[in-house]
Parts: sequence; structure tokens; C-alpha cells
Amino acid sequence: MNKLIVSLSPHVHSGDSVKKNMYWVCIALIPALLCSFISFGVGAIITTAISVAACVFFEWAINKFMLKNPKCTVCDGSAVLTGILLAFNLPSNIQPWIIIVGALFAIGVVKMTFGGLGCNLFNPALAGRAFLLISFPVDMTTWPNPGQGFGAYLDAETGATPLAIMKEAFKSGNAEVLKQLPSFQDMLLGNTGGCLGEVCALALIFGLIILLVKKVITWHIPVSIMATVVVFSGLLNLANPVYAHPLVELMSGGLLLGAIFMATDYVTSPMSKSGQLVYGIAIGVLTVVIRTYGAYPEGMSFAILIMNAFVPLINNKFKPKRFGEVPAKK
Amino acid sequence: MKTFRIGGVHPAENKLSAAEPIKVAELPKVAVFPMGQHIGAPALPIVQKGDKVKVGTQIAKPMENALSTSIFSSVSGTVLKVDTVVEASGYKKPAVYIAVEGDEWEESIDRSDKLVTLRDKPELTPESIIEKVKNAGIVGMGGACFPTHVKLMPPPQFKPEWVIINAVECEPYLTADHRLMLEKADEVLVGVELLMKAAKVKKGFIGVEENKPDAIKLLTEKCAAQYPNIEVVPLKTKYPQGGEKQLIDAVVRRQVPAPPALPVSVGAIIQNVGTAFAVYEAVMKNKPLFERIVTVTGKQLKSPSNFLTRMGTPMSQLIEACGGLPEGEVKVIGGGPMMGKALVNTEVPICKGSSGVLIMSGKDARRGEAEPCIRCAKCVSACPMGLEPYLLATCSAKKMWDKVEAEEITSCIECGSCQFTCPSNRPLLDLVRMGKQTVMTNIRARQMAAKK
Repeated sequence: MNKLIVSLSPHVHSGDSVKKNMYWVCIALIPALLCSFISFGVGAIITTAISVAACVFFEWAINKFMLKNPKCTVCDGSAVLTGILLAFNLPSNIQPWIIIVGALFAIGVVKMTFGGLGCNLFNPALAGRAFLLISFPVDMTTWPNPGQGFGAYLDAETGATPLAIMKEAFKSGNAEVLKQLPSFQDMLLGNTGGCLGEVCALALIFGLIILLVKKVITWHIPVSIMATVVVFSGLLNLANPVYAHPLVELMSGGLLLGAIFMATDYVTSPMSKSGQLVYGIAIGVLTVVIRTYGAYPEGMSFAILIMNAFVPLINNKFKPKRFGEVPAKK
Repeated sequence: MKTFRIGGVHPAENKLSAAEPIKVAELPKVAVFPMGQHIGAPALPIVQKGDKVKVGTQIAKPMENALSTSIFSSVSGTVLKVDTVVEASGYKKPAVYIAVEGDEWEESIDRSDKLVTLRDKPELTPESIIEKVKNAGIVGMGGACFPTHVKLMPPPQFKPEWVIINAVECEPYLTADHRLMLEKADEVLVGVELLMKAAKVKKGFIGVEENKPDAIKLLTEKCAAQYPNIEVVPLKTKYPQGGEKQLIDAVVRRQVPAPPALPVSVGAIIQNVGTAFAVYEAVMKNKPLFERIVTVTGKQLKSPSNFLTRMGTPMSQLIEACGGLPEGEVKVIGGGPMMGKALVNTEVPICKGSSGVLIMSGKDARRGEAEPCIRCAKCVSACPMGLEPYLLATCSAKKMWDKVEAEEITSCIECGSCQFTCPSNRPLLDLVRMGKQTVMTNIRARQMAAKK
């Protein structure tokens, strides 16, 4: 007589897992990492490796020694992903100890304090970046110039980023300043200054395609952010040419990285499609507002963090379309 | 191609037995007939120990003034006892046991293969069809087992416009309806005409998923030639398209409002394709419902098959006929893998709603380990009712009954799409079921209190 197993339906599963989703996001980030290596040299790889190692170590140590949880939470890949995303938001020539402080804040304070994966309110990598930006403003805003050879690391020459140029143009009210901006081609290929993971628009869009094809994310958040930014900054540009061209706005700074990889973080984004659209549009508007009128040249990370805080409210207000609400024709 | 508009998932189809012609299953030694084979009140036995019965003899009558229906013997022989049996639900239910002797049928049943069409029986009226359906003990054959005659007589404020035949068979593995359409197409189509006549509607649809192209082709050709009022609607393969509400949405683009609204509120009467066949046999051949097609399948089973099975046959006999249970841990499921019930023993008899017996073994028989919810919202995208399974499950676990009621937990059709899709393997449907049952109980209690 066989032993019969009894459980409630359903008796089959899609085979999807947390691990698969996390590792597909990591894979989708690899093109951007390679581009970053070409632009900024070995510093991009070293910074990413330190960040990943630190995030994984802190999650493992906190889980094992402070929470005394016997389950391996590092194995789900979320700490690796946080490490990559944190590194992508740093200049490639930043001091290693600053990265480690950022990783400790991201994992230790923002993620594990709230209960680990699935419970955090804010995106850990972005919160880590914001923490570092406020704590070490000079180190965090000194970006290396691209194209200094593969050996470039801590001693790399630094220069202004497109965002700084755009800010300068607006402050001085002189549209001529915008002529210093790199060409579209350079911005597409990542041949410009900036955080290590954000510069190559083409690689990031390739990553978006991977995520969409593998059904890790849906189009709602990235597309609503990008469309809002293009429309809003396009209107500003039409009104006054000191505001940069909307495509420059779209491809500069962390906009694509944020829209594709940070705002779409499962844990800290809304659950319904309508909520996701509202969230994306709000991030787009906030980003342009901060970039244009705020103290910082970059607004993407703050916009996402601010909207992270609204996610519970959005979830309460924007419900999925229920079946049966369509009134019958007649 | 048409399909329903909200949610849905794509489980691996695994229709292993799709090319297997229907075989006649051997007669059991003892046939067991549970009295509760349908939704509503159980039937009442009208036979006693020692009574002789024939194939087609009525052995139980419907409970009066209740939703109920009759049960007929599928075998000839002697009533052994009126006792209880563990049925698919896992509970013990009253049942009639009959020892099989020979195979003698009631004389009134027409056992010939000759097709009888509506033209041959012009005397049939909607009332006489419904009466015959009622007296043959026919229930929905898709698994819900709602007495068919009740569905054909909607409350007077509703006016049905269409009969929609559910030939979707969206459950993975199952092929019983598919084989029925291929092998008994004419009988099925006459059955659809009978249902349309009984419901007094002019238009019938047959919804078939595109993974059954041979059935779509055959039925479409036959409809074009002989049954102009019936339209075959090919549907994009997606689970749970065979859900009543999803099927109506897919075929006629209307969404039944939240409970207590019925499909007929938007003008549709849904019947399973197996029911249409049973109606044909009952009305045209005078044959009550006592046998059905059952798919017996599973990846580790030697020969997955489709059987024409007499009711009351123990599932173990069908499993043996397919090569027996595989070694080791197994799960025996009555029905398909998405909504079927795991059985506590293999002696459970085939009933009116038994569409399949599915064997899963080894790793397939076990659930994955649950991990924390990562709020990926895949359950929200998958839910065909537009609900938020993650929220309903969490709030049910926390016993927040008012909250889950406000979040429309009673709309859940328990299709399992959320749990199927969850990357964290969370037991979403287990929790939602618990919440739904509690809320339904609360609602009934409030209604009772309001009456007093």
C-alpha cells in the first residue's frame, strides 16, 4: 500500500521562485556592468565586488548572529542584487570603506531591521545611496571621466556630469551652457561621467528587455516613469530652452537605472497595475521637479524613496479592477 | 482569439491521454453510490438490503423541497447494504452498496447507436425536456455537480439569451471532454439543441480552447452543415477559462457581477459538454445518468487512458487498469491538478462529477517550501476575479474577517491561479479558503439574525 499524500489544491506550481527572479535581475544588470568597465575601467568591477561582498556579509552575519535564524536568507539572491544596485549608484572611484558603510546602512538598517526580504519599506540600495550622499557629499559627487583606460580606479581624473551641466544652464539662465553636454551617441553608449551603473542607456534598455521577456517585471512602472519625464521635461524645454532636451533628461543621471531596476523593486512598489502607473507618474514628476528646482542635481533616487513611502497608501487606494464591475450592456 | 479579460495563468498542459480513444471500463465487483453526489441536499435511498436492481434502476430519490436530485444504479445485482463511504471530499457520507451480478439493463433504455435528432421527436417541449433531465438525475458534469434541471429553470425575472457549452477543459491533464467531442460529436450537438430548446433560447455557443484543434474543426464543420444556431468559439488557451464567469466573459464579453448574481443575470446558461451528452442520452435514449467518461492519467502512470466508467466503480480499479500506482510517495487526485481533491484512499467511487483521476508521484506530489512574500504582485496579476490574493491570505491568517469581507473575498472562485504563480510557494489559496468560509458563515449568520 502506497503512502498517499493529501493537500489542498492547486497541486501544480509554475516553478517560479524568488531566487529565479533575483538572479534574472542580476543577469539583466550585467550588460550595464560591462559597459561601465569599458567606460571607467577596473574601478567599476572593484566597487561592485566590494559592495556585493559587503551586502552579502552583513545579511549573513545579522541573520546568523543577531536574528539567530537558521534559514539561509543570503541564498535567495536579494543581498547580491542589493549589492550590485548600491554599487551602480556610486562613482567608480569611491573609497572602499565608504561602500562598506553604505552596505551596512542598506542591509543592516533599511532591510534587516524591518524584518528582511519582503518587509522593508524603502529600497535598500537607494536608501544606502541617499545615506552616503548626505554623509559624504564630496566623495559621492566627484565622478571620474570616462575613457581613462582599464586601469583607472581611485586616482582617476574627475569632471562634470551631464546633470551638473544642466543644472548650471538653468541656474545661470544661459542655454549656451547646454552645448557642453555630451552627444546623444555618447550618452547611449555610456561615454559620459556619472555613477558607474547609470551611464550606458543602451545597456540599461537591453536589461529592461530581458526583464520584460522573462516576465520578471511588467512595463507599467518603467514606461510610466520614462513617459512622464519625457512629457514633463519636453514641456519645460518648449517653454524655455535653458531646460535640456527631454531625451537628454531621459538618458542622463540615474533615470533609466532607477526606472528600470530601482523603482520596479517588488517589495517597495505598488501591487495593482493602476497603482503602479500612479507611482511611476509621481516618480517622473518628482524627478524633474527635484532636478530642476532642488538643491541636488539628481532627483531620481529621492523621488523613488519619497514614493516608496506612499506605496502603502497607493495600495489602499488603487485596487485592481475587480471582475464584474463592467455594467452589462443593454 | 477570444479569451477572458482579467488575470489567468498558463500551467503546462500535459494532456497525456489526448490521443487515447475511450475504452469501456470493466464492471466493478461491488459498486458504491454516495448519496451526496451533487450540490445541495443528499438524495434519499429508496432501496434496501437484498433488493434486486438492474442497470438504470433508480436507487435514491431527491430530498423534497430542497436542491437535490435522483441517483440510479449503474450495475445489475443485489443491494448489499446502505452504509457510509469515504468519498472524494474525505468525509464519510451515506452510500448504497450493490454487489454486481451480470449486466442486465432496464428495458426502457434504448441501447442502439442510432442518432436520434430533434426532427425525430417533434413532440418534445421545453417542459418535457426539463422533466426528463430531472428524472434522469443529471447534474453539471464538469465537477461542480449543480442539478441541471434547476439551471434550466431560472427565476422568472431573468431571461436567458444563450446557452454556452463549456468544452474548454482548461484543467491540465484531463482529456475526457476532448475525447467525448471527437467520438460523440453528433450526440453532443443534439444535446446542445435540447438544452437550447429547454432554456428557450435561440443561440448556442460551444467554447473550446485552441489546444483541441481537431475538436474545433469537427464541431465547426458539423454545425455549419446541420446545426445553424450553434456556433463553435475557439478560445485562447488560458486557465481558468472553464470557470463559469470567465467563460461567459470570453465568449459573449459580459461580466457576471459579484455574488449573489448568477450567470443568468447577464443572460447566459452554462452547461458542460459532458452534461449536453448526458441530456441527449436521457431525453433521446431514455437513459438516466449512471456512466461517464473519466480520464485516468499521470506522468508516472504506464498507460494514461480515457474510460467510459460506470458510477460507483472504485478509482483503484481504474488505476490498476492503467498499470497501477507507481512506487513510493504518491498523491491521488480526484479531478485535475488545479482544482482537484487529493484523496485519502483509492477506494473512493467514481461519481457524477468525477472528470479524472490524476496520479502525481515523487517530487510532483509535494509542495515547495514557503518563503516570505516579496510583494511581487504576480498573484494580483494572475487572479481572474481581480482580487488581491496576497492581501486576502495575510488578513485571513490574522483573522481580520471584516477586512477580507470588504476586500470581496467571497468573489474568489478558488481556481488556485494565485498559489500556482507565487514564486515564494505561499499557501495563498489555503488561507483564502479559510477566510472565505468564515466570511460566508458570518454572512449567513447575519441574514438569519435579520430574519428574526
